[in-house]
Amino acid sequence: MGFSFLIIVVNEVFMLDDLDRRILRHMQATPEKSIPDLADAIRVTTSRLTRRLEKLKESGVMRGQCAKVGWHNLGYAVEVSLRVTLDKTQSRAFDDFIAAAREIPEVLEIQTFLGQVDVRLSIIAKDMEHYQEIYRAKVLTMPHIADIEALMLVARIKSDESLPL
Amino acid sequence: MIDLDEIDRGILKALVEDATCNAGTLGRQFGLSQPATWRRVRRLQQVGVISGRRLELDKVKLGFGVTVFLGIKLATKGRISLDDFERAVMAIPEVQTVEHVLGMYDYRLRVTARDIPDFERVLRRRIMTLPGVGNVEANVLLSEERRPGPL
Repeated sequence: MGFSFLIIVVNEVFMLDDLDRRILRHMQATPEKSIPDLADAIRVTTSRLTRRLEKLKESGVMRGQCAKVGWHNLGYAVEVSLRVTLDKTQSRAFDDFIAAAREIPEVLEIQTFLGQVDVRLSIIAKDMEHYQEIYRAKVLTMPHIADIEALMLVARIKSDESLPL
Repeated sequence: MIDLDEIDRGILKALVEDATCNAGTLGRQFGLSQPATWRRVRRLQQVGVISGRRLELDKVKLGFGVTVFLGIKLATKGRISLDDFERAVMAIPEVQTVEHVLGMYDYRLRVTARDIPDFERVLRRRIMTLPGVGNVEANVLLSEERRPGPL
């Protein structure tokens, strides 16, 4: 490992009160709920809830909502997590590799790490044959790869990504 | 399997950016009426192409400064131990995702914590005490980027 360091940045933490916490907990569990239904569930008036939501958005705590794509139902049956170690003697290893990963349409996530793994890519494919094609033609041709390990997804046991508020 | 046309793909892309976008606004982008757009969105939901929504929160602003991915190898295997492990790991509030994988690890977990000492507490008290846990590898997340995927 060429270098490893940790930068601790002290950020201003937004203080949640009890109502904020109730709102966020409910919205994490059921984001599709309408504002009137949400107001009912946490027993506040719609106008009070709306004002709170505005505040949470303005402060940047709540960034928005995005739809999740059911790739399985679009025929993408295979999902592989590729754990990549880069050749860190190359000063542009991270930048070049990440730029190349962005060019592969089947890449859903790009994460960088401090640890044994440098970068992780989440890749989807229609079937194993398709995966093999992507792996050979697009993945192995990316720059500065020192080592790759693959983990194949069998099942998602939990995937809501909720914060323990 | 479902076939999507260009408009479906456009709608899907727009909703991945912002799921709260209403059918009227969305329809105008594609020259569709509000009811026609609404029907398309509903169909995408019914066939599971839209599988739900995710609330995007700023985890750092909420005080969760550290995200760690753990690769876990079970020490003992068998139907019972997988069930026991899964039940116990699902109950840990700091564990955000649990994936059963094939490869050098059996499970991949995403764990959130306030800071490194808080992560250490979760690791020692909650993770290392899970039934059947063997080898654990930790990688601290530095950055992450979600891509639109092959739409």
